[in-house]
Amino acid sequence: MLTNENNPFLIAGRKILGAAQTCGEMVVLMRRTFYWMGRTPIDRFSLFYQMVEMGNRSLPVVSLTMIFAGMVIALQTGYSSIRVFNEPLFIGAAVGHSIFKELSPVFTAMVFSGRVGAAIAAELGTMKVTEQLDALHTLGTNPVRYLAVPRFIAAILVFPLLVVYADLMGVIGGYIVTTVQLRISSTVYIEDITGINLNVFMHGFWKSFVFALIIVVVSCYKGFTTKGGAEGVGKATTAAVVLSMVLVLVSDYFVSAILVAFGIG
Amino acid sequence: MSGPLIRVEDLHKSFGSKIVHNGVTFELEEGQTLTIIGGSGSGKSVLLKQIIGLIRPNSGHIFIDGEDITALDEFELQRVQMKMGYVFQEAALFDSLTVGENVAFGLRTIMEAEKQHALKIARQKLSMVGLQGVENLKPSQLSGGMKKRVGIARAIAMGPEILLYDEPTTGLDPVMSDVVSDLILKLKEESGTTAIAVTHDMKSAYKISDKIAMLFEGKILQIGSPEEIQNSSNAIVRQFIAGSSRGPIPVPRI
Ligand SMILES: Nc1ncnc2c1ncn2[C@@H]1O[C@H](COP(=O)(O)OP(=O)(O)OP(=O)(O)O)[C@@H](O)[C@H]1O
Ligand SMILES: [Mg+2]
Repeated sequence: MLTNENNPFLIAGRKILGAAQTCGEMVVLMRRTFYWMGRTPIDRFSLFYQMVEMGNRSLPVVSLTMIFAGMVIALQTGYSSIRVFNEPLFIGAAVGHSIFKELSPVFTAMVFSGRVGAAIAAELGTMKVTEQLDALHTLGTNPVRYLAVPRFIAAILVFPLLVVYADLMGVIGGYIVTTVQLRISSTVYIEDITGINLNVFMHGFWKSFVFALIIVVVSCYKGFTTKGGAEGVGKATTAAVVLSMVLVLVSDYFVSAILVAFGIG
Repeated sequence: MSGPLIRVEDLHKSFGSKIVHNGVTFELEEGQTLTIIGGSGSGKSVLLKQIIGLIRPNSGHIFIDGEDITALDEFELQRVQMKMGYVFQEAALFDSLTVGENVAFGLRTIMEAEKQHALKIARQKLSMVGLQGVENLKPSQLSGGMKKRVGIARAIAMGPEILLYDEPTTGLDPVMSDVVSDLILKLKEESGTTAIAVTHDMKSAYKISDKIAMLFEGKILQIGSPEEIQNSSNAIVRQFIAGSSRGPIPVPRI
């Protein structure tokens, strides 16, 4: 028997409606954030504090993952090209292209959503369930303006810097494997890297703004819409991380396609 | 301004299939204090939140100073909210700020007071609720009753025309709850503040109220002066104020 509870069409329909509503509400939150951004004198101290906090949270993990990412790309291209050409070729080019265009922005986004996005969702979610957001309203302060705007600006400014840093770490990782394990002279590797078109680097750099936007909007949204005590905060935090990671990976394809169409990368 | 300062008209509110308010109507004159009593979960907090515009009713009207706040947008609502102070049931202090900054918050954001000046007023309001030397502590370092009093200090800091207290004396020792009752009376007498208080503390209710209203099954069962409530002929009201488990109010059987 099909009932309202087990009808697959109804269940699927509800899920789709729910997802559409979430997307719509996130766009509304983004618009409200932009609205308040233009009308809020920026508190430099609070902004700087947020930026340092976000950077500190992400730097150690970004360093570690990107050094190893660079190392493994160098290793794989090295041995693949030995098999084909009998000598390791184009290592610097392979490391540079993959790190600058994809690995660095995407890995940094994963780390950022896990470290910074989760913290934003948990903090705002706790404020929601303990009625601190209501308290802000009664004291004449809009929570979007007071909480979302500084986090938004800080994330948009910090994340691209982290990506540039991640690029550097990846290149260093590649350098280690190339010179120590594959025994190629460092000048060849460095020439390979510096020979890469600036557009390749810019491809990843522009993408990072989109990723930062996704992560910070999703995390603020999940925090602001938290329901139901400590358990709700846990759920909101997990949901923020998962949703931002999925949206980053999906949007990665489309943003890359657009950038390529404009001849960047 | 003639007429009541606060008028609630046929308010309906439900969450999903759960009906909380099913036609709540009452009014309150300027300078008066109304106490709302009622069982746990009867919708007292939800009623206060609708009056300050934190929750929107499904239908009905709430007039503050003649203005229907259910028809206002976010920005117009904020202007009306500035006339009001709200004491949250669980205090809702900002845990990233110090106690002093919490109390000074509204002064800094709404009145744009200069920092030192705002903190000075904050110290003064804190001493009114019997707290001294706590300005630099974080809320997590306070006891439940202290948090409650900081919440009161924060709500009265800007001298609002209307104060909404959600269980201001719950969790305080008997002496301190009498101090808070006195403070509510003092604010009313000295500044003419209009107040709505939710409380289970009947002693405080009799002391501070001009009117007492009992909320039961989504409606105001009875509203009247403390004497009228004390001598009520309604069996439910009588049982509630007597605090008895025997009577018409449904209770779990043990
Ligand atoms: N945001 C919400 N979502 C869903 N249900 C809610 C929400 N807020 C309150 N309720 C429900 O509304 C009812 C009234 O809640 P309210 O907090 O107003 O009770 P109360 O009278 O203040 O009780 P207490 O004396 O225990 O504080 C409760 O059944 C509660 O479960
Ligand atoms: Mg309550």
